[in-house]
Amino acid sequence: MNTLVNYVRSLFLVELFRGMGVTGRYLFRSKFTLEYPEERAPQSPRFRGLHAQRRYPNGEERCIACKLCEATCPALAITIEAAPREDGQRRTTRYDIDLFKCIFCGFCEESCPVDAIVESRIYEYHFENREDAVMTKSKLLELGEKYEEQLAADRAVQAAYR
Amino acid sequence: MEAITNFLVSFPTEFPVLWILVRIVVIVLPLMLAVAYFTYAERKIIGYMQVRLGPNRVGPKGWLQPIADAVKLMFKEIIIPTGVNKFLFVLAPMLALGPALAAWAVLPFDDGMVLTDINAGLLYILALTSVGVYGVIIAGWVSNSKYAFLGAIRSAAQIVSYEIAMGFALVGVLVAAGSLNLSDIVHAQEGGLLHWFWLPLLPLFVIYFISGVAETNRAPFDVAEGESEIVAGFHVEYSGMTFAVFFLAEYANMILISALTALMFLGGWLSPFQGTFMESWFAWVPGIIWFFLKVLIFGFLFLWFRATFPRYRYDQIMRLGWKVFIPITIVWILVVAVAVVYKFPIWFD
Repeated sequence: MNTLVNYVRSLFLVELFRGMGVTGRYLFRSKFTLEYPEERAPQSPRFRGLHAQRRYPNGEERCIACKLCEATCPALAITIEAAPREDGQRRTTRYDIDLFKCIFCGFCEESCPVDAIVESRIYEYHFENREDAVMTKSKLLELGEKYEEQLAADRAVQAAYR
Repeated sequence: MEAITNFLVSFPTEFPVLWILVRIVVIVLPLMLAVAYFTYAERKIIGYMQVRLGPNRVGPKGWLQPIADAVKLMFKEIIIPTGVNKFLFVLAPMLALGPALAAWAVLPFDDGMVLTDINAGLLYILALTSVGVYGVIIAGWVSNSKYAFLGAIRSAAQIVSYEIAMGFALVGVLVAAGSLNLSDIVHAQEGGLLHWFWLPLLPLFVIYFISGVAETNRAPFDVAEGESEIVAGFHVEYSGMTFAVFFLAEYANMILISALTALMFLGGWLSPFQGTFMESWFAWVPGIIWFFLKVLIFGFLFLWFRATFPRYRYDQIMRLGWKVFIPITIVWILVVAVAVVYKFPIWFD
Protein backbone atom coordinates (compact mmCIF):
# COMPACT_ATOMS: atom_id res chain seq x y z
CA MET A 1 0.00 0.00 0.00
CA ASN A 2 2.78 2.35 0.97
CA THR A 3 4.63 1.64 -2.26
CA LEU A 4 1.47 2.39 -4.19
CA VAL A 5 1.04 5.72 -2.43
CA ASN A 6 4.66 6.54 -3.16
CA TYR A 7 4.22 5.65 -6.80
CA VAL A 8 1.20 7.90 -7.13
CA ARG A 9 2.92 10.72 -5.29
CA SER A 10 5.98 10.61 -7.50
CA LEU A 11 3.86 10.24 -10.62
CA PHE A 12 1.98 13.42 -9.83
CA LEU A 13 5.23 15.21 -8.90
CA VAL A 14 3.85 16.10 -5.47
CA GLU A 15 7.24 16.65 -3.83
CA LEU A 16 8.50 18.63 -6.79
CA PHE A 17 5.54 21.00 -6.68
CA ARG A 18 6.05 21.48 -2.96
CA GLY A 19 9.69 22.29 -3.57
CA MET A 20 8.72 24.82 -6.19
CA GLY A 21 6.23 26.26 -3.74
CA VAL A 22 9.05 26.91 -1.30
CA THR A 23 11.27 28.64 -3.85
CA GLY A 24 8.23 30.47 -5.20
CA ARG A 25 7.57 31.91 -1.75
CA TYR A 26 11.20 32.89 -1.36
CA LEU A 27 10.98 34.86 -4.60
CA PHE A 28 8.92 37.47 -2.76
CA ARG A 29 10.86 37.50 0.51
CA SER A 30 12.63 40.71 1.41
CA LYS A 31 16.27 40.27 0.46
CA PHE A 32 19.21 39.96 2.83
CA THR A 33 21.69 41.59 0.48
CA LEU A 34 23.54 44.55 1.91
CA GLU A 35 24.48 46.92 -0.89
CA TYR A 36 27.93 47.48 0.52
CA PRO A 37 29.33 50.85 -0.36
CA GLU A 38 25.97 52.50 0.27
CA GLU A 39 24.82 50.28 3.13
CA ARG A 40 26.99 48.92 5.90
CA ALA A 41 26.46 46.28 8.51
CA PRO A 42 26.23 47.65 12.06
CA GLN A 43 29.47 47.29 14.03
CA SER A 44 29.86 46.11 17.58
CA PRO A 45 32.05 48.12 19.97
CA ARG A 46 34.03 44.86 20.20
CA PHE A 47 34.80 44.97 16.47
CA ARG A 48 38.32 43.75 15.76
CA GLY A 49 39.75 45.68 12.82
CA LEU A 50 43.06 47.33 12.11
CA HIS A 51 45.37 47.73 15.12
CA ALA A 52 46.26 51.02 16.82
CA GLN A 53 48.34 52.11 19.79
CA ARG A 54 46.88 54.55 22.24
CA ARG A 55 48.39 57.33 24.34
CA TYR A 56 47.41 58.69 27.75
CA PRO A 57 45.51 62.01 27.71
CA ASN A 58 48.77 63.79 28.62
CA GLY A 59 50.37 62.50 25.44
CA GLU A 60 52.50 59.78 27.04
CA GLU A 61 52.36 56.51 25.11
CA ARG A 62 50.71 53.72 27.07
CA CYS A 63 52.84 50.80 25.93
CA ILE A 64 55.38 49.72 28.53
CA ALA A 65 56.99 46.96 26.47
CA CYS A 66 55.79 44.14 28.74
CA LYS A 67 55.63 41.92 25.65
CA LEU A 68 52.48 40.12 26.84
CA CYS A 69 50.92 40.70 23.42
CA GLU A 70 53.95 39.26 21.70
CA ALA A 71 53.80 36.22 23.97
CA THR A 72 50.10 35.63 23.52
CA CYS A 73 49.92 36.21 19.79
CA PRO A 74 48.91 32.83 18.31
CA ALA A 75 50.07 33.81 14.82
CA LEU A 76 53.44 35.17 16.00
CA ALA A 77 52.63 38.39 14.16
CA ILE A 78 54.03 40.79 16.77
CA THR A 79 57.72 41.63 17.12
CA ILE A 80 58.85 43.87 19.97
CA GLU A 81 62.24 45.25 20.88
CA ALA A 82 62.57 47.29 24.05
CA ALA A 83 65.14 49.52 25.70
CA PRO A 84 65.17 52.11 28.51
CA ARG A 85 64.36 55.62 27.38
CA GLU A 86 66.52 58.64 28.35
CA ASP A 87 64.36 59.20 31.46
CA GLY A 88 64.90 55.58 32.45
CA GLN A 89 61.41 54.33 31.59
CA ARG A 90 61.06 51.05 29.75
CA ARG A 91 59.69 51.64 26.23
CA THR A 92 59.59 49.83 22.93
CA THR A 93 62.09 50.75 20.28
CA ARG A 94 60.33 48.58 17.75
CA TYR A 95 56.74 47.40 17.71
CA ASP A 96 55.79 45.63 14.47
CA ILE A 97 52.57 43.78 13.64
CA ASP A 98 52.73 41.76 10.45
CA LEU A 99 49.19 42.00 9.06
CA PHE A 100 49.81 39.08 6.74
CA LYS A 101 50.27 36.88 9.79
CA CYS A 102 47.70 38.54 12.04
CA ILE A 103 44.42 36.66 12.37
CA PHE A 104 42.61 39.48 14.18
CA CYS A 105 41.82 37.33 17.22
CA GLY A 106 42.13 40.28 19.59
CA PHE A 107 44.29 38.42 22.13
CA CYS A 108 46.87 41.21 22.07
CA GLU A 109 44.24 43.71 23.10
CA GLU A 110 42.91 41.37 25.81
CA SER A 111 46.35 40.71 27.22
CA CYS A 112 47.42 44.35 27.35
CA PRO A 113 47.53 45.56 31.00
CA VAL A 114 47.51 49.24 30.01
CA ASP A 115 45.07 49.20 27.06
CA ALA A 116 47.87 50.30 24.75
CA ILE A 117 47.44 47.98 21.77
CA VAL A 118 43.82 47.98 20.60
CA GLU A 119 41.93 46.88 17.55
CA SER A 120 39.99 49.69 15.91
CA ARG A 121 36.87 49.59 13.78
CA ILE A 122 38.79 50.16 10.56
CA TYR A 123 38.26 47.31 8.11
CA GLU A 124 38.68 48.99 4.74
CA TYR A 125 42.37 49.30 3.91
CA HIS A 126 44.78 48.05 1.33
CA PHE A 127 48.51 47.85 0.73
CA GLU A 128 50.34 48.75 -2.40
CA ASN A 129 53.65 47.23 -1.31
CA ARG A 130 54.30 44.10 0.65
CA GLU A 131 56.32 45.96 3.29
CA ASP A 132 53.28 48.21 3.93
CA ALA A 133 51.56 45.22 5.48
CA VAL A 134 53.80 45.57 8.54
CA MET A 135 52.28 48.00 11.02
CA THR A 136 55.20 49.82 12.61
CA LYS A 137 55.10 51.64 15.90
CA SER A 138 54.75 55.05 14.28
CA LYS A 139 51.86 53.93 12.09
CA LEU A 140 50.11 52.36 15.06
CA LEU A 141 50.49 55.49 17.17
CA GLU A 142 49.31 57.66 14.29
CA LEU A 143 46.12 55.60 13.97
CA GLY A 144 45.67 55.70 17.73
CA GLU A 145 45.86 59.50 17.76
CA LYS A 146 43.52 59.83 14.81
CA TYR A 147 40.77 57.60 16.23
CA GLU A 148 41.34 58.12 19.96
CA GLU A 149 37.81 59.41 20.52
CA GLN A 150 36.16 56.34 19.00
CA LEU A 151 38.63 53.95 20.64
CA ALA A 152 38.14 55.50 24.08
CA ALA A 153 34.35 55.44 23.71
CA ASP A 154 34.36 51.75 22.69
CA ARG A 155 36.66 50.83 25.63
CA ALA A 156 34.35 52.74 27.99
CA VAL A 157 31.31 50.77 26.78
CA GLN A 158 33.18 47.52 27.25
CA ALA A 159 34.79 48.45 30.57
CA ALA A 160 32.17 46.64 32.66
CA TYR A 161 32.90 43.30 30.94
CA ARG A 162 36.68 43.36 31.10
CA MET B 1 8.20 59.87 -51.52
CA GLU B 2 6.14 57.82 -53.93
CA ALA B 3 9.27 56.17 -55.21
CA ILE B 4 10.13 55.01 -51.72
CA THR B 5 6.70 53.54 -51.06
CA ASN B 6 6.73 51.90 -54.47
CA PHE B 7 10.10 50.42 -53.72
CA LEU B 8 8.97 49.14 -50.33
CA VAL B 9 5.80 47.59 -51.74
CA SER B 10 7.57 45.88 -54.63
CA PHE B 11 10.60 44.88 -52.52
CA PRO B 12 9.32 41.41 -51.50
CA THR B 13 8.52 40.39 -55.07
CA GLU B 14 11.49 42.09 -56.71
CA PHE B 15 14.17 40.72 -54.39
CA PRO B 16 12.74 37.56 -52.82
CA VAL B 17 16.10 36.40 -51.43
CA LEU B 18 16.82 39.78 -49.84
CA TRP B 19 13.30 39.83 -48.45
CA ILE B 20 13.85 36.46 -46.77
CA LEU B 21 17.16 37.75 -45.41
CA VAL B 22 15.41 40.76 -43.94
CA ARG B 23 12.83 38.55 -42.28
CA ILE B 24 15.54 36.29 -40.87
CA VAL B 25 17.27 39.29 -39.37
CA VAL B 26 13.98 40.49 -37.92
CA ILE B 27 13.61 37.15 -36.16
CA VAL B 28 17.22 36.48 -35.15
CA LEU B 29 18.19 39.90 -33.81
CA PRO B 30 15.39 40.15 -31.24
CA LEU B 31 16.04 36.51 -30.44
CA MET B 32 19.69 37.26 -29.62
CA LEU B 33 18.57 40.18 -27.49
CA ALA B 34 16.06 37.93 -25.76
CA VAL B 35 18.82 35.40 -25.09
CA ALA B 36 21.01 38.12 -23.58
CA TYR B 37 18.24 39.32 -21.31
CA PHE B 38 17.21 35.77 -20.49
CA THR B 39 20.60 35.33 -18.83
CA TYR B 40 19.96 38.53 -16.89
CA ALA B 41 16.49 37.29 -15.91
CA GLU B 42 18.01 34.02 -14.81
CA ARG B 43 20.54 35.67 -12.54
CA LYS B 44 17.92 38.01 -11.13
CA ILE B 45 15.21 35.40 -10.54
CA ILE B 46 17.52 32.77 -9.10
CA GLY B 47 19.03 35.51 -6.97
CA TYR B 48 15.62 36.51 -5.70
CA MET B 49 14.73 32.91 -4.95
CA GLN B 50 17.94 32.65 -2.94
CA VAL B 51 17.00 35.83 -1.07
CA ARG B 52 19.69 37.93 -2.72
CA LEU B 53 19.41 40.76 -5.23
CA GLY B 54 21.29 39.48 -8.25
CA PRO B 55 23.24 41.77 -10.59
CA ASN B 56 22.27 45.42 -10.00
CA ARG B 57 25.42 47.44 -10.58
CA VAL B 58 25.89 47.80 -14.33
CA GLY B 59 23.44 50.44 -15.47
CA PRO B 60 20.12 51.14 -13.76
CA LYS B 61 19.10 48.01 -11.83
CA GLY B 62 21.77 46.09 -13.71
CA TRP B 63 20.01 46.27 -17.06
CA LEU B 64 23.31 46.61 -18.91
CA GLN B 65 24.81 43.52 -17.27
CA PRO B 66 24.24 41.21 -20.29
CA ILE B 67 25.82 43.81 -22.57
CA ALA B 68 28.84 44.02 -20.30
CA ASP B 69 29.08 40.22 -20.22
CA ALA B 70 28.89 40.04 -24.00
CA VAL B 71 31.58 42.67 -24.44
CA LYS B 72 33.79 40.91 -21.91
CA LEU B 73 33.46 37.58 -23.70
CA MET B 74 34.11 39.16 -27.09
CA PHE B 75 37.40 40.67 -25.94
CA LYS B 76 38.65 37.55 -24.22
CA GLU B 77 41.22 35.40 -25.90
CA ILE B 78 40.05 32.25 -27.64
CA ILE B 79 42.41 29.61 -26.35
CA ILE B 80 42.79 26.61 -28.61
CA PRO B 81 44.39 23.71 -26.73
CA THR B 82 47.48 22.13 -28.25
CA GLY B 83 46.91 19.06 -30.37
CA VAL B 84 43.26 19.62 -31.17
CA ASN B 85 41.65 19.72 -34.57
CA LYS B 86 41.20 23.44 -34.99
CA PHE B 87 38.47 23.18 -37.58
CA LEU B 88 36.26 20.93 -35.47
CA PHE B 89 37.07 22.88 -32.32
CA VAL B 90 35.66 26.05 -33.85
CA LEU B 91 32.90 24.26 -35.71
CA ALA B 92 31.41 22.64 -32.60
CA PRO B 93 29.92 25.78 -31.00
CA MET B 94 28.46 26.83 -34.33
CA LEU B 95 26.90 23.39 -34.74
CA ALA B 96 25.31 23.86 -31.34
CA LEU B 97 23.94 27.32 -32.07
CA GLY B 98 22.90 26.86 -35.71
CA PRO B 99 20.00 24.43 -35.20
CA ALA B 100 18.73 26.41 -32.21
CA LEU B 101 18.32 29.43 -34.50
CA ALA B 102 17.29 27.55 -37.65
CA ALA B 103 14.33 25.95 -35.88
CA TRP B 104 12.72 29.38 -35.58
CA ALA B 105 12.10 29.33 -39.32
CA VAL B 106 8.92 27.30 -38.95
CA LEU B 107 7.62 28.80 -35.70
CA PRO B 108 4.46 30.86 -36.20
CA PHE B 109 4.43 33.99 -34.04
CA ASP B 110 0.91 34.92 -35.04
CA ASP B 111 -1.68 33.75 -37.54
CA GLY B 112 0.32 33.68 -40.79
CA MET B 113 3.34 35.32 -39.20
CA VAL B 114 5.89 32.64 -39.99
CA LEU B 115 9.10 32.63 -42.01
CA THR B 116 8.41 29.41 -43.90
CA ASP B 117 5.04 27.75 -43.62
CA ILE B 118 6.12 24.20 -44.41
CA ASN B 119 3.91 21.17 -43.94
CA ALA B 120 6.44 19.05 -42.11
CA GLY B 121 7.29 21.74 -39.57
CA LEU B 122 7.22 19.42 -36.60
CA LEU B 123 9.48 16.93 -38.35
CA TYR B 124 11.88 19.72 -39.25
CA ILE B 125 12.02 20.81 -35.63
CA LEU B 126 12.60 17.27 -34.37
CA ALA B 127 15.42 16.88 -36.89
CA LEU B 128 17.07 20.17 -35.99
CA THR B 129 16.91 19.76 -32.23
CA SER B 130 18.63 16.39 -32.71
CA VAL B 131 21.42 17.94 -34.75
CA GLY B 132 22.22 20.20 -31.79
CA VAL B 133 23.73 17.26 -29.91
CA TYR B 134 26.50 16.94 -32.49
CA GLY B 135 27.92 20.26 -31.41
CA VAL B 136 28.16 18.92 -27.87
CA ILE B 137 29.64 15.58 -28.90
CA ILE B 138 32.21 17.13 -31.22
CA ALA B 139 33.16 19.74 -28.62
CA GLY B 140 33.66 17.04 -26.00
CA TRP B 141 35.70 14.81 -28.27
CA VAL B 142 37.84 17.45 -29.93
CA SER B 143 38.80 19.14 -26.66
CA ASN B 144 41.21 16.32 -25.75
CA SER B 145 40.14 16.59 -22.13
CA LYS B 146 38.68 13.86 -19.96
CA TYR B 147 36.15 16.18 -18.35
CA ALA B 148 34.92 17.44 -21.68
CA PHE B 149 34.75 13.89 -22.96
CA LEU B 150 32.78 12.66 -19.94
CA GLY B 151 30.41 15.59 -20.32
CA ALA B 152 29.92 14.85 -23.99
CA ILE B 153 29.22 11.17 -23.34
CA ARG B 154 26.68 11.98 -20.66
CA SER B 155 25.10 14.66 -22.76
CA ALA B 156 24.83 12.46 -25.84
CA ALA B 157 23.26 9.58 -23.93
CA GLN B 158 20.85 11.91 -22.18
CA ILE B 159 19.75 13.80 -25.25
CA VAL B 160 19.25 10.63 -27.26
CA SER B 161 17.16 9.05 -24.48
CA TYR B 162 14.96 12.06 -23.98
CA GLU B 163 14.57 12.60 -27.70
CA ILE B 164 12.44 9.47 -27.74
CA ALA B 165 10.09 10.59 -25.00
CA MET B 166 9.95 14.01 -26.63
CA GLY B 167 9.20 12.50 -30.03
CA PHE B 168 6.42 10.34 -28.60
CA ALA B 169 4.92 13.36 -26.86
CA LEU B 170 4.91 15.13 -30.22
CA VAL B 171 3.30 12.10 -31.84
CA GLY B 172 0.44 12.61 -29.39
CA VAL B 173 0.21 16.25 -30.48
CA LEU B 174 0.11 15.45 -34.15
CA VAL B 175 -2.45 12.70 -33.65
CA ALA B 176 -4.63 15.20 -31.84
CA ALA B 177 -4.05 17.99 -34.36
CA GLY B 178 -3.95 15.83 -37.45
CA SER B 179 -1.14 17.88 -38.93
CA LEU B 180 2.62 18.39 -38.83
CA ASN B 181 2.30 22.06 -39.69
CA LEU B 182 2.76 24.18 -36.59
CA SER B 183 0.19 26.77 -37.64
CA ASP B 184 -2.36 24.01 -38.20
CA ILE B 185 -1.52 22.57 -34.79
CA VAL B 186 -2.32 25.92 -33.21
CA HIS B 187 -5.52 26.25 -35.25
CA ALA B 188 -6.60 22.80 -34.03
CA GLN B 189 -6.55 24.20 -30.47
CA GLU B 190 -8.95 27.02 -31.26
CA GLY B 191 -11.71 27.61 -28.70
CA GLY B 192 -10.25 28.98 -25.47
CA LEU B 193 -8.25 27.91 -22.47
CA LEU B 194 -9.92 24.51 -22.04
CA HIS B 195 -9.57 23.63 -25.70
CA TRP B 196 -5.83 23.94 -25.77
CA PHE B 197 -3.96 20.66 -25.89
CA TRP B 198 -2.48 21.00 -22.41
CA LEU B 199 -5.66 19.56 -20.94
CA PRO B 200 -6.37 16.49 -23.11
CA LEU B 201 -2.64 15.85 -23.47
CA LEU B 202 -1.68 16.76 -19.90
CA PRO B 203 0.77 13.87 -19.36
CA LEU B 204 2.36 14.51 -22.75
CA PHE B 205 2.53 18.23 -21.97
CA VAL B 206 4.37 17.63 -18.70
CA ILE B 207 6.63 15.01 -20.24
CA TYR B 208 7.39 17.17 -23.25
CA PHE B 209 8.45 20.08 -21.12
CA ILE B 210 10.51 17.99 -18.72
CA SER B 211 12.17 16.25 -21.68
CA GLY B 212 12.79 19.69 -23.10
CA VAL B 213 14.59 20.65 -19.90
CA ALA B 214 16.66 17.48 -20.17
CA GLU B 215 17.28 18.09 -23.86
CA THR B 216 18.74 21.52 -23.19
CA ASN B 217 20.95 20.10 -20.40
CA ARG B 218 19.42 22.42 -17.84
CA ALA B 219 19.10 21.81 -14.12
CA PRO B 220 18.02 19.36 -12.74
CA PHE B 221 19.33 17.41 -15.75
CA ASP B 222 22.64 19.26 -16.08
CA VAL B 223 24.94 16.28 -15.62
CA ALA B 224 26.55 17.19 -18.92
CA GLU B 225 27.89 20.32 -17.29
CA GLY B 226 27.91 19.05 -13.73
CA GLU B 227 29.97 21.85 -12.20
CA SER B 228 30.67 19.92 -9.02
CA GLU B 229 31.71 16.72 -10.79
CA ILE B 230 33.28 17.42 -14.16
CA VAL B 231 34.12 21.14 -13.99
CA ALA B 232 32.00 22.39 -16.89
CA GLY B 233 31.50 19.29 -18.98
CA PHE B 234 31.81 19.50 -22.72
CA HIS B 235 32.84 23.16 -22.84
CA VAL B 236 35.68 23.22 -20.25
CA GLU B 237 38.30 23.96 -22.89
CA TYR B 238 36.33 26.75 -24.53
CA SER B 239 36.90 30.40 -23.75
CA GLY B 240 35.99 33.81 -25.09
CA MET B 241 33.64 33.92 -28.03
CA THR B 242 33.61 30.17 -28.63
CA PHE B 243 32.31 29.69 -25.11
CA ALA B 244 29.86 32.54 -25.60
CA VAL B 245 28.39 30.76 -28.61
CA PHE B 246 27.79 27.61 -26.53
CA PHE B 247 26.19 29.82 -23.92
CA LEU B 248 23.98 31.46 -26.54
CA ALA B 249 23.03 28.06 -27.91
CA GLU B 250 21.93 26.82 -24.49
CA TYR B 251 19.70 29.82 -23.88
CA ALA B 252 18.41 29.95 -27.45
CA ASN B 253 17.46 26.29 -27.04
CA MET B 254 15.64 27.08 -23.82
CA ILE B 255 13.64 29.79 -25.53
CA LEU B 256 12.98 27.46 -28.43
CA ILE B 257 11.66 24.72 -26.17
CA SER B 258 9.50 27.28 -24.35
CA ALA B 259 8.12 28.53 -27.65
CA LEU B 260 7.43 25.01 -28.91
CA THR B 261 5.65 24.06 -25.70
CA ALA B 262 3.59 27.22 -25.94
CA LEU B 263 2.69 26.47 -29.54
CA MET B 264 1.81 22.85 -29.13
CA PHE B 265 0.15 22.77 -25.73
CA LEU B 266 -0.90 26.31 -24.86
CA GLY B 267 -2.39 27.39 -28.16
CA GLY B 268 0.41 29.62 -29.42
CA TRP B 269 -1.00 33.00 -30.38
CA LEU B 270 -4.58 32.17 -29.35
CA SER B 271 -6.20 34.32 -26.70
CA PRO B 272 -6.97 32.47 -23.46
CA PHE B 273 -10.34 34.22 -23.28
CA GLN B 274 -11.59 32.85 -26.58
CA GLY B 275 -15.15 31.59 -26.25
CA THR B 276 -15.82 33.35 -22.93
CA PHE B 277 -17.65 36.60 -22.26
CA MET B 278 -14.28 38.32 -21.87
CA GLU B 279 -13.21 37.62 -25.44
CA SER B 280 -14.22 41.04 -26.75
CA TRP B 281 -12.42 42.83 -23.92
CA PHE B 282 -9.10 41.42 -25.03
CA ALA B 283 -9.76 41.41 -28.78
CA TRP B 284 -7.35 44.34 -29.22
CA VAL B 285 -4.39 42.33 -27.91
CA PRO B 286 -2.37 41.05 -30.87
CA GLY B 287 -1.77 37.31 -30.98
CA ILE B 288 1.98 37.74 -30.81
CA ILE B 289 1.60 39.20 -27.30
CA TRP B 290 -0.27 36.12 -26.09
CA PHE B 291 2.44 33.99 -27.68
CA PHE B 292 5.22 35.90 -25.94
CA LEU B 293 3.41 35.71 -22.61
CA LYS B 294 3.12 31.95 -22.95
CA VAL B 295 6.79 31.66 -23.88
CA LEU B 296 7.63 33.74 -20.82
CA ILE B 297 5.74 31.30 -18.58
CA PHE B 298 7.91 28.41 -19.71
CA GLY B 299 11.06 30.51 -19.69
CA PHE B 300 10.32 31.34 -16.09
CA LEU B 301 9.69 27.66 -15.31
CA PHE B 302 13.19 26.81 -16.61
CA LEU B 303 14.67 29.25 -14.11
CA TRP B 304 12.35 28.17 -11.34
CA PHE B 305 13.42 24.55 -11.84
CA ARG B 306 17.05 25.53 -11.67
CA ALA B 307 16.53 27.42 -8.42
CA THR B 308 14.59 24.54 -6.88
CA PHE B 309 15.85 21.10 -7.83
CA PRO B 310 19.14 19.40 -7.07
CA ARG B 311 20.84 17.58 -9.93
CA TYR B 312 19.56 14.12 -10.80
CA ARG B 313 21.91 11.22 -10.41
CA TYR B 314 22.93 9.85 -13.80
CA ASP B 315 21.15 6.48 -13.45
CA GLN B 316 18.03 8.27 -12.22
CA ILE B 317 17.99 10.36 -15.36
CA MET B 318 18.15 7.25 -17.49
CA ARG B 319 15.48 5.52 -15.40
CA LEU B 320 13.17 8.53 -15.69
CA GLY B 321 13.60 8.77 -19.43
CA TRP B 322 13.34 5.12 -20.37
CA LYS B 323 11.22 3.53 -17.68
CA VAL B 324 8.80 6.32 -16.81
CA PHE B 325 8.39 8.79 -19.64
CA ILE B 326 8.39 6.43 -22.61
CA PRO B 327 5.76 4.03 -21.19
CA ILE B 328 3.52 6.92 -20.13
CA THR B 329 3.73 8.59 -23.53
CA ILE B 330 2.95 5.33 -25.34
CA VAL B 331 -0.10 4.74 -23.17
CA TRP B 332 -1.31 8.29 -23.64
CA ILE B 333 -0.82 8.19 -27.41
CA LEU B 334 -3.20 5.22 -27.34
CA VAL B 335 -5.70 7.17 -25.24
CA VAL B 336 -5.49 10.15 -27.59
CA ALA B 337 -5.85 7.94 -30.65
CA VAL B 338 -9.00 6.34 -29.23
CA ALA B 339 -10.37 9.77 -28.30
CA VAL B 340 -9.71 11.06 -31.81
CA VAL B 341 -11.27 8.03 -33.50
CA TYR B 342 -14.45 8.31 -31.41
CA LYS B 343 -14.46 12.14 -31.73
CA PHE B 344 -14.39 12.67 -28.01
CA PRO B 345 -15.91 16.08 -27.08
CA ILE B 346 -14.90 18.85 -26.39
CA TRP B 347 -11.47 18.56 -27.99
CA PHE B 348 -11.77 16.15 -30.85
CA ASP B 349 -15.30 16.64 -32.12
